[in-house]
Amino acid sequence: MSETVAFERTPSVADVATHYCPGCQHGVAHRIVAEYLDGQGLAGNTLMVTSIGCSVLLYNYLLFDAVEAPHGRAPATATGLKRTNPDKVVFTYQGDGDLASIGMAEIMHAANRGERITVVFVNNTVYGMTGGQMAPTTLVGQKTTTCPDGRCASREGQPFHMAEIMAGLPGVAYSARVALNSLKNIVQAKKAVRHAFEAQLEDRGMGFVELLATCPTNWKMTPVQANERVENELIPCFPLGVFKDLKTSGAC
Amino acid sequence: MEGGRIFVKGSEAVAMGALDAGLKGYFGYPITPQNEIPEYMSKHLPEAGGAFVQAESEVASINMVLGAAAAGKRAMTSSSGPGISLMQECISNMAGGEVPCVIVNMMRGGPGVGDINTAQGDYFQSTRGGGHGDYRTPCLAPATCQEAYDMTREAFDWAFKYRTPVLVVGDAILGQMKEPLIRRAPRPDDPDEASGWRLGQTSGPNRRILRSLHLAEGKLAEVNLRLQEKYRDMRAQARAEEFLVDDAELVVVAFGSTGRIVKSAVRKLRAKGLKVGLLRPITLFPFPEQVLRDLAYSGKRFLTIEHNMGQMVEDVRLAVRGLSDSDFFGALPGNLPTPDEFQAAIERACAGASL
Ligand SMILES: Cc1ncc(C[n+]2csc(CCOP(=O)(O)OP(=O)(O)O)c2C)c(N)n1
Ligand code: SF4
Repeated sequence: MSETVAFERTPSVADVATHYCPGCQHGVAHRIVAEYLDGQGLAGNTLMVTSIGCSVLLYNYLLFDAVEAPHGRAPATATGLKRTNPDKVVFTYQGDGDLASIGMAEIMHAANRGERITVVFVNNTVYGMTGGQMAPTTLVGQKTTTCPDGRCASREGQPFHMAEIMAGLPGVAYSARVALNSLKNIVQAKKAVRHAFEAQLEDRGMGFVELLATCPTNWKMTPVQANERVENELIPCFPLGVFKDLKTSGAC
Repeated sequence: MEGGRIFVKGSEAVAMGALDAGLKGYFGYPITPQNEIPEYMSKHLPEAGGAFVQAESEVASINMVLGAAAAGKRAMTSSSGPGISLMQECISNMAGGEVPCVIVNMMRGGPGVGDINTAQGDYFQSTRGGGHGDYRTPCLAPATCQEAYDMTREAFDWAFKYRTPVLVVGDAILGQMKEPLIRRAPRPDDPDEASGWRLGQTSGPNRRILRSLHLAEGKLAEVNLRLQEKYRDMRAQARAEEFLVDDAELVVVAFGSTGRIVKSAVRKLRAKGLKVGLLRPITLFPFPEQVLRDLAYSGKRFLTIEHNMGQMVEDVRLAVRGLSDSDFFGALPGNLPTPDEFQAAIERACAGASL
């Protein structure tokens, strides 16, 4: 019986097994980014800035030239890279701890300057790599290793809503939040990733896309339960949608 | 631009040296006493086709440098002590990831916020790596505006030859002092075009990755050995200015602006018949150990003078260990040292009196 290939690897994804836990959606996010860049023929013209977190080994899986930034600093590194190489497509790939905690200043200022970069922000509401500590996006009531009784709003504050915050900054041309928990949402995620790159390619400003993703390991759930949690708990707190889509740039 | 004498501040000389070295990106955050560097760059670098960004912090500045330098561009930042402290995380990363750049430190008084007056208290920070892990940064210490210009240019050559961050360390005196300067011909547009490691020329399986994370068993050890080999190689390039040392009985060791002030003191003391000389380390790392050791062999005594509470004196003692020792005189951080103050200290040392 002959086999029919229904789903092919996109060329910019390396043919290797990843180190991610079963049910982790970093891999899905990688694939969406690579598929877009391959589809546009941009693979050879793309430079990526990797960050610190479970995705630190991104360069093992996505076959673009890469520089590794220290924890949280990817938007600054991408600024230097893009400003001196304006003809390249530059993107950062950052987790919630990386982008919204240690790197909050760098993302805010890069956004405010309207750096012509694309930021792929994976929000799994927890620090994955260091073993499940509280993140700036941890939900109120969510238990983590550093808020064992659940995050308390009056003690630890409330989760940052990055896609909305970014939409409020003048240098951001596109900001959206999508989720990776269902086929329907993945289709939306592909669209949002495309728009986030187009904002850069059309020189309109920064493109920002927040991907709600699972961390079954640190949520102490099966992959299926983790997907359900995205639907039932994450999305109600972090509404999906496009928060900004500027069609012109504010260039001086 | 070439040939004519111009009259500029030390900080401007640094900026001109970088521009003429083929600078393509400057990223910095204001701090006294080096604001003339970003101010100069904001006008002249874009005119020369490069990128200038006033970053939101020193943390961001050096990470912007990392981005530009990863693509093989000549990139730099400048600051003063407190800002350099903030940069240490990324400097360590660049040393580990072998990314070349130039970092200028116009030192001021510390510790902490300290004051904005001149000092040399960042010697340890400059020569011991400063950040985490096993690394060193080559460190050049100019004493005149011309040297500030020439050594900033040269710093880029060190950076690309060894693929490493390189420090140029001056102080408020050098940064703020005006002197004549002769600029040389600018370097060609992209002198490091051929660098095989830089990003932006490949994709697919042969893509390039600049990283300092090495999780595979044995990999980090390999990287560290290679880094140490580089640092060993650099030692052959250690440099110092020798002034009237041959017949000197006491050699004063002093760097940067302090070295210059000591030189005036040495001249005056020679006129009084005292056999003193000056050794001015120009590379603080690699430290000119062999020069000092040779002087120690020939029986010299040493006095180290610094504008701090005693830092380089440790390197002097290490260099001459087993053969000689060094006295120490420190001008207090933040005060402006005078040749008279140094002259008195040197005379006391010559007389064998305690300082
Ligand atoms: C300066 C610094 N501080 C802390 C760490 C430790 N650290 C590594 S990954 C990480 C959290 C990453 O979490 P997130 O960005 O949410 O990514 P995830 O692992 O969930 O994908 C931390 C705190 C570090 N490497 N560097
Ligand atoms: S710890 Fe969480 S984020 Fe990290 S690989 Fe595992 S599931 Fe993914």
